[in-house]
This record gives sequence, structure tokens and C-alpha cells, in this order.
Amino acid sequence: MKTNRFLRECRQSILLIPAMALLLLFFVVPVFLTIFFSFTNMALTGATAKNYDIVGISNYIRLFKDKVALSVIKNTLFFLAGSLLGQQFVGFILAYCMRECSATFRRIVGPCILCGWVMPEIVVSLCMLAFFDMEGTANTILKTLHLPIISWIFGFPMLTVILANIWHGTAFSMLNFQSALDHVPRDMEEAARVDGANRLQVLWHLLIPCMKQTIGMNTMLNTFSTLGVFGLIWAMTGGGPGNKTTTLSIYMYNAGMKNFQLGKGTAIGILILLLGGVCSIGYSFLFYEREKKSRRKFGKVKTTLAERREG
Amino acid sequence: MKKWIFGLGMGLCLLTACGGGANKEEAKENSQTATEAAKAADKQEGKKDGFSGKITFTYRDNGTAKEKMGLYRWVTAAYETWEHKDEVELDIAPITASEGDYFTKIALQLADPSTCPDLVCEDTFQLPNDAAAGYLTDLTSYLKEYDEWDQYYESMQSITSVEGVCYGVPYCTDTRGLFYNRGVLEKAGVIQAGEDWEPKSWEDILSACQKIKDSDPDVIPFWCNSGKATGEATSMQTYEMLLYGTGEKLLDEDGKWIVESQGIKDSLEFIQNIYKKGYGPSLDLVLTGQGGLNAEREYLPSGKLGILLDGLWITAPWKEEGAAPWKNYEKECGLAAMPTSKGQAPGTVTLSGGWALSLPENGDNKDATFDFVKHMMSEKNYLDLVLFEGDICTRKDIAEKEEYKAQPFFEFGTKLLDTAGYRPQNDLYSSVSTGIQEMVESVVTGTSIDDAISQYAANTASIVGDDNVVKK
Repeated sequence: MKTNRFLRECRQSILLIPAMALLLLFFVVPVFLTIFFSFTNMALTGATAKNYDIVGISNYIRLFKDKVALSVIKNTLFFLAGSLLGQQFVGFILAYCMRECSATFRRIVGPCILCGWVMPEIVVSLCMLAFFDMEGTANTILKTLHLPIISWIFGFPMLTVILANIWHGTAFSMLNFQSALDHVPRDMEEAARVDGANRLQVLWHLLIPCMKQTIGMNTMLNTFSTLGVFGLIWAMTGGGPGNKTTTLSIYMYNAGMKNFQLGKGTAIGILILLLGGVCSIGYSFLFYEREKKSRRKFGKVKTTLAERREG
Repeated sequence: MKKWIFGLGMGLCLLTACGGGANKEEAKENSQTATEAAKAADKQEGKKDGFSGKITFTYRDNGTAKEKMGLYRWVTAAYETWEHKDEVELDIAPITASEGDYFTKIALQLADPSTCPDLVCEDTFQLPNDAAAGYLTDLTSYLKEYDEWDQYYESMQSITSVEGVCYGVPYCTDTRGLFYNRGVLEKAGVIQAGEDWEPKSWEDILSACQKIKDSDPDVIPFWCNSGKATGEATSMQTYEMLLYGTGEKLLDEDGKWIVESQGIKDSLEFIQNIYKKGYGPSLDLVLTGQGGLNAEREYLPSGKLGILLDGLWITAPWKEEGAAPWKNYEKECGLAAMPTSKGQAPGTVTLSGGWALSLPENGDNKDATFDFVKHMMSEKNYLDLVLFEGDICTRKDIAEKEEYKAQPFFEFGTKLLDTAGYRPQNDLYSSVSTGIQEMVESVVTGTSIDDAISQYAANTASIVGDDNVVKK
């Protein structure tokens, strides 16, 4: 019996080898190589492309002394916060409104909003460029309303790329919130109404607490996708004007591919990894806390039920 | 898990480039043995020159229609008359990209034998960098057997050489100056009808701009490439034209990079003045990659722009068969030499660069390719190119041709070559240059000059090392 089980384990492990090898080759090795390269002065072209040296942590020291790097980190956090707030707020409002509407309406409006999400990044940025152009849709609307037109991309570059990213990512949040809202039992809401709660109170005291978990998960997923946004900003502003919309991923590309300093570029890559890591640890800490609490609650209910049965 | 996947994705983006480097040596050896085997096979078969296979030619396509691209016309016409065209296939593989992206893509292609072209157009400023990386073939042995090599100007031979070793056959050079629309300047009262504009100092340029602005607020008085998107054009046509006009250069006599000086400040101040006083175009026009093309092909000919600081090649599209014909351009457009900052000797300034045909080290058909280069550079083919492209030629015999000399602006433009400055033949220049573009764009978009300079200093030091920079 025992040997049989051992054999089965072995066979299963063998079946896993291809997957493990692929993971190792394409994920684990590159990560360690990236970390290694960030300690070298490797370049894309030039003398150090052929023979690079290990330069210790000087890439990182330069990064932290670099004023632009600091403003780039600030830009990244700004972009992140703006996108997160916007996507989730708009996504939630949409999901909430759609909940109150008829199924036909949902079926029509839902896919329209989904379009923005399904589109490739580069198409989104071209659409947004056309929208925010000096003679684009946004300014045409302003003109018909007799409002002064705005130079969106050069006057408010960060706001413009955040708006573009919100437009692109809102549908994802909306979907998440929709499914969460659908799982809030209607009778709970009705009970609250009967007890005299108004719409806002229902929303604040009932719906949002019920969706806390979804909000947390949605925040985490959006954080990762936002930190990785490259094509959208690159095609819209190229990180400019100046460095006003340069986020870490743009900065990484510029350092590695435009300035040919691959060593510095990989060091910035590691910085993004760390930032993502910090965020994910932060969120999962919050998650973990909540899960523990809810498990405790759930456990209590279980024991009381068991006690009752016994009683 | 998600954070891993995310981080890996970010890292992978850069690593694809590095991964190529690790296998490079091995792959090169493979390709070498392959070519040797091929050569041996050729010999056995008794082919007279041993030419076979394919030549892949790579150049930058700026989005103009193929038949309007000088390089495309040049290479196809040359191939048609090449004696080995039946044995060797020609693969034209342009890279459609902005100028800045072109060099990145070229560097990536050259590093990897599987993607490496056989013949590539290299800007002479990028050439030392790629040569130092070992991407380009040392042409010494080929040039020994190239009997027309002494027809090339010595200055041209030297800008494609690094420490005496030649890595490319130069096919064009250029000078830069101030192109102006005569109609606009006459209307503004800067010049009288039939008069040439001859600014003596930067102050003269600024006052001309003011006059243009006063006479017609809808006309853009002055245009110079000012952004990162226009790449090297911003460094060379704008910043270095100004910097060299103050009497300074990028490197000092000891070969150290000057990262802070009065000359840098004055140059940036001029650029800042242009935009602060409203002489420049709006930023959404000038900071895009297509900005320069629009200025030369649309705004200047149509009188929407007064003065354009750019290179001699911009006259090529104006010709009848060009991409943006401008009737009577030789009469309606003028060319003035760029003055030095305060008019100090030698009075005018220009910069000269150029492009070369290089054979990548990883190319696998070098003998046939060099033979093709010789054919491309032969009299008829090459003359057609320089006439079409509006370039200053690199060969003395071509410079004597009547058709060449008859082109508008060419006498003047070629005369400027006497006082021309060159970019440093330094393998780190092209990396430093991207820092210059950042500095210029940041000043244009409102950063203070001191902040822009200190950022440039930090950036340059990180590229060339702290010991190789100097503040004056």
C-alpha cells in the first residue's frame, strides 16, 4: 500500500516537471538575473555592452540621489492613487446604478462600458488622444457649452492620463462590484428599509460593509495593473511634457532602452517590484486581519449551532 | 503569487534584451562557422565571387511613402543595376520609428545574430557607441581594396572612424542654419523685398521674432526641435547649435564632459526666451515626434512659420518629386547662417553630422554586402541619392557635378562646412545626448534653468562616471 502511494506521488511529480521547468526558466531565473543585472553597469550598446562590470549598489545610490527619480516615484504614487480612487468610485457608482435598473438596460449599458476595458492599451490611448486633443471631443463639448477650452495634454498631463486610465479600467471594478452587490441578499435591504433607513444609510451601513472584501481585492488587483501601465502613458505623452507623467515603468524604459543603461533600468525594475511588494503586503495584512475576524465569527456561529443541537 | 507574476512581467521587459547578450558569443560562433562552411561550399562549386544568399538592408523609415523615400529609391535602383543581383537576394527591412527609437531598435537588432541585418544606416554620432559594443565590422581590409576610397573627403572618413579604425562608408553630411519664409519676414519688416536676412547675434533673432509676432499673431515666429520625441534633432539642431555658438563645446580640452557652465546657461536661456515670450510654437505641436516634419513640410512653406532652425536636408521634400513640393522654394525661402551668441568671431556657427553605411559584425554576408555598398556609392547611383535627399555629398568627384552644384542653397550650405563643428567622437555621446534632450524639454515645459542643469549634471555623471565631468 505504502509503496503504491509513493509510486503515485512520484508519477505525479514527474508530470509536474514540465510546468516546474517552464516556471523556473521563464520566471525564477529571470527574476534572479534582473536582480543580478541591477548590480552591474551593463549597457545596450557601447563598451559596457560587451564587458560589463559589477558595480555594487551604485545604481541604487544614484537612484536615491536623483531628483528626477524622486519626482518619478511621486508621479507613480499620484497616478496610482488617482486611478484607484477614480476607477473604484466610478465603478461602484455604475454598479450601484445598474443594480437599480432593469435587466434590459443592464444588458445594453454593460457591454458599452466593457468596451473600454476590452480594448488594447494602445487603442485606448489613441482614443483618448483624440478625445483630449486641442480640437478633440472634450474641447468641442466645452465650446458648445461656451466654456473656455483647455489644453488637456500639455496643461494637465497627469490628470489627463489618470482620466484615460480610469476610462480604461473602470469596467473591471464595475464587474467586481456588480457581482458583489448581487450577492447582498435583497431581504436584508428590505428589512433595513422597513426599519426606516434611507437610501444613503442602506448604502453606508449595509451594502459597503457587505462588500468590504471585494473592495479590498479589487484595490489590490487594480494596484498591480496600474503600476504596470506603460503603453497608455507612453503613447499619450511619452512621459512628458518634461517629466510630468513619467511613472516608474516609463522611467525604467527610458533608462534601459533610450539611454542604453540596462543596469540602471533593471535597478528601477527592482524598485517597482519592491513597491508592488509593499502594497501587496499591506493589503494582504488587512485581508488577513479581516479573514481571521470573520473566521472567528463564523466559528462562534458554528459552536452555538452545535450547542443548540446538543441542547 | 500575483505580486510575483507582476514583478516578473516588469523585469522580463528588460530581460529579453539582456538574455540575448548571454547567448551572443555562442550564436556568433555558430553563425561564423556557418558562413565559413558556406564559403567553403562556394569554393568547391567554383562560383567566381562566392556571392550568394541574401543582403538585408535596414534604414529608418519616417512614415513617408516608400517611393518618396530617398534611401528606398537608392537601394532599389542600385540593386537593379548590380552585377550580382541574380545571385544575391536583397531584403529591404526598414524600421519605422521616431529618430530616438531607431537607435534603440538598431542596437537590439545588432546584438542578436538571428535578427541582425547585413547592411545598416548608422548616424555618425551613434557609430562610436555601436562600434565600442563590438556590433560593427572593422572595414580596414575592405577599404584597402576599395580604389575609390580616396575620393571621399578626409573629414568624412574621420567621422566614421574610431581611433583610426573605420566602421562605415559615409554617404551624407549636412550643415545647419536658419531657414526663413521671405514673405513672412518682409511683411514683418525684418527685411526689405529681395534682401537677405543676416542676423548678427541671438539678440537679432529675438528681435526679428518680436517683429513677426507684432505683425501677425497667428504666425509662429520661431521653431526649433525642443523635445525628447524629436531625439537627436533636439540635441544637435537646437542645443548644440546654440552651445557651440557661445564658443563652448560638450567636452573640454581634457576630454571631460562640461555639465555646468555659462555657455549651457546662455543656451538654455535663449530657448526659454523663445517659449516664454511666445515666439515658439505651442507645446502640443513641437513636443511630438512628427513636429519637425510638420514644420518643414507644412508650416514654413504655407507661411504659418517665420524662422526654422534646421538642417539643409529639409529642402529635399520641397523639390518637384519630393514628399511635399514647394513651388519656387528657392525664391520664397531664405537660408541664413546661425550667428554666434553675441556675434563674436567667427560670427557664424554650424554643426555637421552625417550618416554612414555600416556592416554589422553579426551580419553573415559581408563580402557581398561590401561589394553592394561599392555599387551603391558608384557615381550614378550616389548622385541620384544626394540630389533627391538634398544632402551634402561625401565624395569630391560628385561635388564637382553641375547638377549637384546647381541646387538652391547648396553653395551657401557647403560653404558653411568650413567653420562646422562636430559632435564628440565618443562612445558615450549618444547616451549623454538623451540627457540633453531631457534638459531642453524640461526648460521648455517650465522647469528652471538651474534645476535642468543640475539634473543634466547628475544624469551625465551616472553615464560617464563622476571623474569625467567638470563644472566651469
